[in-house]
Amino acid sequence: MNRDARIIAVRQNVLKRNDLVARELRQEFRTAGVFVVSLVSSPGTGKTVFLEKTLTLLQPEYRVAALVGDLATQNDAERLARSRAPVRQIVTGTFCHLEAEMVRKSLEGWSLAGLNFLFIENVGNLVCPASYDLGEDLRVVMMSVTEGEDKPLKYPPIFHGADLAIITKFDLREAAEFDLRTATHNIHAVRPEMPIIEVSAKKDIGMQDWLRFLFSAAGSGEQKAVGRKQ
Amino acid sequence: MAAVSDSVRQGPLGLPEMHELSIANSIIEIAEEEAYRRKVRVSGVHLKLGPLSGVVKEALLSAYEIAIAGTSMEGSRLIVEDVPISVYCPKCCQSRSVKSMQLLCCPVCQTPVSDIREGAQLEVTALEIES
Repeated sequence: MNRDARIIAVRQNVLKRNDLVARELRQEFRTAGVFVVSLVSSPGTGKTVFLEKTLTLLQPEYRVAALVGDLATQNDAERLARSRAPVRQIVTGTFCHLEAEMVRKSLEGWSLAGLNFLFIENVGNLVCPASYDLGEDLRVVMMSVTEGEDKPLKYPPIFHGADLAIITKFDLREAAEFDLRTATHNIHAVRPEMPIIEVSAKKDIGMQDWLRFLFSAAGSGEQKAVGRKQ
Repeated sequence: MAAVSDSVRQGPLGLPEMHELSIANSIIEIAEEEAYRRKVRVSGVHLKLGPLSGVVKEALLSAYEIAIAGTSMEGSRLIVEDVPISVYCPKCCQSRSVKSMQLLCCPVCQTPVSDIREGAQLEVTALEIES
């Protein structure tokens, strides 16, 4: 150390800027009465097909929209557009995760007030998104039966920071020799008591359980009246 | 506020970067602001890092080396203090340190615990400065 060096105390959260924007977004969502759900998983877990199905199931009665993070392509947004819900793509370029500011920018010009639910699909990645609050009400972490039961132990922060775990491709569990008890045990080791739902979006397994969970989360705590379309 | 893309360097080949580089840039930004305000040179940054922050120490240290190049912080050190995870056990009614984030239960009575008191820190705590 230099002879003249001295130490000064500072206390600054490194993610302060992101957290500030996330807080403003959360307030904005609350004022607009929209319930915001983010989805995180590895690439290939089935976030997009799950989201497409969710949007389609909610569409007849609720106003829904989605933001999709993708490194380089518009493919996911095009797939989701088939549900006929309004969808915007956030092409993240070299970013491996979404940050609150990207969410804010991509929402510019959108009226949130008419929406019941907004879904944010993060970039497929179980590491980086863990650190960034996006202002969402509910964070869903997803893993598929083909990824193995130890995903939560390999990526504890992202599982720890989530509110709900969804196990996808559940129709393939036998072929994948997936052990639900082990998976449940591992999820609860890093996030005690986290609710878990098993689904297959393609085979329509568990989707009603997911919707029930969603309605109950949207209805409680935040006291958001999930009003149906007039 | 600066645009998000302004605060992050792009990786070689345009490949996605680990977020540690983005974090390193935020740390440098905090230190530079402080240095500017106090009109001093920063030679070291002290950081508290908890495992639940999702940031890997080794990755952050090498990202820091890359990120300081060409800035006023070039040649400075990042000193990382690891913060253990501490939980509140509802059964023992006490705070406890847990050894692994892969087993969030009380080390004494084995009750699974979700009340995390420490371990998510990602915080600049001090600067070493030269006036």
